[in-house]
Amino acid sequence: MCFEAKRLLKLALGPVLMLTSAVALAYGPEVNQVNMAPGATDVGEQIYDLHMLIFWICTIIGLGVFGVMFYSIIYHRKSKGAVASHFHESTKVEIAWTVVPFLILIGMAVPATSTLLEVYDNDDAELDILVTGYQWKWKYEYISEDGENVTFFSNLRTPQSEIRNTQPKGEHYLLEVDEPLVIPVNTKVRFLITANDVIHSWWVPELAVKRDAIPGFINEAWTRVTTEGVYRGQCAELCGKDHGFMPIVVNVVSSEAYGQWLGDKQVEAAAIRELMAQTFTLDQLMERGEGVYARACLACHGANGEGGVGKAIAGSPIATGDVGPHLEIGINGVPGSAMQAFGGQLNDVDMAAVITYQRNAFGNNMGDMIQPIDVYNHKKG
Amino acid sequence: MGDHHHGPAKGLSRWLFTTNHKDIGTMYLWFSFAMFILGGTFAMIIRAELFQPGLQLVEPAFFNQMTTLHGLVMVFGAIMPSFVGLANWLIPMMIGAPDMALPRMNNWSFWILPPTFLLLASTLFMEGGAPAAGWTFYAPLSTTYAGPSVTFFIFCIHVLGLSSIMGSINIIATVMNMRAPGMTYMKMPLFVWTWLITAFLLVAVMPVLAGCVTMMLMDVHFGTSFFSAAGGGDPVLFQHVFWFFGHPEVYIIILPAFGVVSQIIPAFSRKPLFGYDSMVYATASIAFLSFIVWAHHMYTVGMPVAGELFFMYATMLIAVPTGVKVFNWVTTMWRGSLSFETPMLFSIGFLVLFTIGGFTGLMLSIAPSDFQYHDTYFVVAHFHYVMVAGAVFSMSAAIYFWLPKWCGRMYNETMGKTHFWISFVGFNLAFFPQHFVGLAGMPRRIPDYALQFADFNMLSSIGAFIYGLSQILFLYNVIATIVAGKPVSDPKVWDGAEGLEWTIPTPAPYHTFETPPKIDPAHAHS
Ligand code: HEC
Ligand code: HEM
Ligand SMILES: [Cu+2]
Ligand SMILES: [Cu+2]
Repeated sequence: MCFEAKRLLKLALGPVLMLTSAVALAYGPEVNQVNMAPGATDVGEQIYDLHMLIFWICTIIGLGVFGVMFYSIIYHRKSKGAVASHFHESTKVEIAWTVVPFLILIGMAVPATSTLLEVYDNDDAELDILVTGYQWKWKYEYISEDGENVTFFSNLRTPQSEIRNTQPKGEHYLLEVDEPLVIPVNTKVRFLITANDVIHSWWVPELAVKRDAIPGFINEAWTRVTTEGVYRGQCAELCGKDHGFMPIVVNVVSSEAYGQWLGDKQVEAAAIRELMAQTFTLDQLMERGEGVYARACLACHGANGEGGVGKAIAGSPIATGDVGPHLEIGINGVPGSAMQAFGGQLNDVDMAAVITYQRNAFGNNMGDMIQPIDVYNHKKG
Repeated sequence: MGDHHHGPAKGLSRWLFTTNHKDIGTMYLWFSFAMFILGGTFAMIIRAELFQPGLQLVEPAFFNQMTTLHGLVMVFGAIMPSFVGLANWLIPMMIGAPDMALPRMNNWSFWILPPTFLLLASTLFMEGGAPAAGWTFYAPLSTTYAGPSVTFFIFCIHVLGLSSIMGSINIIATVMNMRAPGMTYMKMPLFVWTWLITAFLLVAVMPVLAGCVTMMLMDVHFGTSFFSAAGGGDPVLFQHVFWFFGHPEVYIIILPAFGVVSQIIPAFSRKPLFGYDSMVYATASIAFLSFIVWAHHMYTVGMPVAGELFFMYATMLIAVPTGVKVFNWVTTMWRGSLSFETPMLFSIGFLVLFTIGGFTGLMLSIAPSDFQYHDTYFVVAHFHYVMVAGAVFSMSAAIYFWLPKWCGRMYNETMGKTHFWISFVGFNLAFFPQHFVGLAGMPRRIPDYALQFADFNMLSSIGAFIYGLSQILFLYNVIATIVAGKPVSDPKVWDGAEGLEWTIPTPAPYHTFETPPKIDPAHAHS
């Protein structure tokens, strides 16, 4: 079972991995970057140009103002015998420095307006993706008219050991996810952005998209990326404890690679749905469960179920007690703790497998199993 | 001095029951300094955690409590009360009034503050910890998803609002009714003008904040859904209400600072303030505009494009009167006879750094660009340039400028200048690099960050520690001055100082202007 899942995963990511490693560059902040990135979209470039324009205007005005000021500071000092003159108004000058800035602002407002209108032009998108912010991860749903909707969660991949400084930090520390968003290059992609709990904000600097994800409302934003590559961003609205730990990674690939990826994801989704209806043996569940555990639970519960951020699973009264409470924690989490609700993140097969695994690994020899249908029934209440 | 009058009462009761504007001013100033140290301590914890990537000192949940309390304590505990303290000390002395118009209320508006901040700080020890949704406490993070301490927080905001409103009413009543004969509005020192306008802003927007937190209270405890879409409400409504208060609030913070430097720059330029009238009009236009720009904090919430454009144009417009002010100050210095005592150094520091903050403000006002700046460290840099280098620098300038008048002793000039230079260097080291990391993509309010941002964050933390330490020098200098500074008795203290407060004896007696002074009609404002 586990083998199957792994194969599906490889199948799905293969072309993407190949493509990204072969052609595309990895984008994201550079070390000690000091300025905004022009990014990989036309709108992003326009925004960058606006940014530089207003920056230079400010710099020139600043040089003028500070120049006059420092001239006075140097040449009009009392210690140099400067005698104060007594002028204290001049209508002409005052009108001038009210009107001139006003005109400069109008000059600024024109390009700003046209760029803004473009940012707001959400029409004629070729692809719609529903983006939902959760505490503290993103869910992506590809909305397609024909075929399966593809849905998955995208979680921080950086291990706790790097965050807690017990292991050296990787190159993409905090800016890496288990499953990136994949979109085709040169395609107008529309994001429908919302949230499940509190307000988040979906931001990828080089895609020039930042839009708040607001529970109960759907915001629109769009991008058309002109260069293939891996782009990295982060949640930009304080959303609670792990606000700093919900990055965004977008793989921009060729249309062919995208089509293949999507097809594979749809096959995978169909396969999983088929699996849901099946009954598994304990061995199958254990094999699959081990993989799911390693991916989703190990970071907090330890490789040997010894615990860490989470409680120990080995010998845990929950994992060695009734099935109900164990399923309940797995599906709905423990509110107010780091133990999140995994019900929406793992499909029923994986949930059944990982709970079975926890009950039968690490010396917890309960001998019982949970089938996908049990998970389904528990969710239905 | 009227001899029928007594001096201050003795002991603790002097401070508890006082209705004297000078005593109350002093208490406000000390209190706000204590809050400055407390809020500063929170900031040091934040910067220590951000010294390196990775989590070292605090947990993310506690980190959020620190950023939240830091903002709240600095804005409501340090900056606002410090300027109220200054207003208490100076407004009566500047307009030739014997005291504030409503002295008992004055006592009360101060004394409700310390218990409130004690309560706010005590939430740190409550179950679930202190409020952690940021000083802007957006719903539903601050309502449905908040810990139990949010109720205490709401109560605190109510009391702070009460205190501010009472303080403002007092200032309005004083300025409108108690000016000495001949002190027309257009002769008032600019500090009085800016405070008068600030007081109107406060009276207008504090009730809005009160409404905002009351709606939160209802959502948390009484089952309403103002801010929850599930019940027919709207989380964005919270932001509109909050920023309708919040944007005028930033001008509440900066206008009195404008007033302060408008007194100090002419004094050390030995030349009258350039463009007094336009200063008054600019202040009034800024105040007006501040009511119609609030949604520039919300460019990314998904407003209709027409709204977005309106708020962008209105915000850009604020740069005009702000520019007028900067030009006026610089022109005041032009062809003056300048000297650079500590108050002047801090005022020039203000002028340079506030202008930079104004420029970044202008950049932020451009909505499409703001999509990239919003909620990053670029915004953090912007508002620290205007609030720390603006409000706090001007406050330091004010203390050095008027302290000799208040206590009849001169501070140590070398120490003062050292304080300035260390502050200046520390401040810029702390906040300039934040522009860079913000533009490079570092979001604000995060306890840990990508490796690419590491160097600038380390610099920033070092700068913050330097700035923090320099405040200890300031405290020492002030105490040393009060206890053992070199006595001064010249009423003017500074040769270039103008205004009624410099006509009374030094140190300022407990009661001043019991008989209104004569205003020389030829002699306009300071
Ligand atoms: C981010 C860290 C984290 C991850 C990842 C995590 N857990 Fe937990 N888990 C916790 C914490 C913390 C607790 C303790 C909650 C409490 O009771 O306060 C916990 C408790 C539990 C318990 C109850 C243990 C007991 O004895 O009370 C179970 C069962 C459990 N987790 C299952 C899982 C499963 C299954 C996964 C993977 C699908 C998982 N956890 C992933 C943090 C985590
Ligand atoms: C030229 C004048 C100014 C302009 C045009 C301006 C513009 C802006 C804009 C557009 C933002 C929102 C940025 C964002 O969140 O994306 C902002 C944020 C902010 N500004 Fe200003 N500003 C100006 C002056 C000031 C002053 C004088 C102060 C206070 C003394 C101030 C304090 C703040 C604060 C506190 C924030 C951040 C609030 C938060 O999100 O926590 N600004 N400014
Ligand atoms: Cu977030
Ligand atoms: Cu604002």
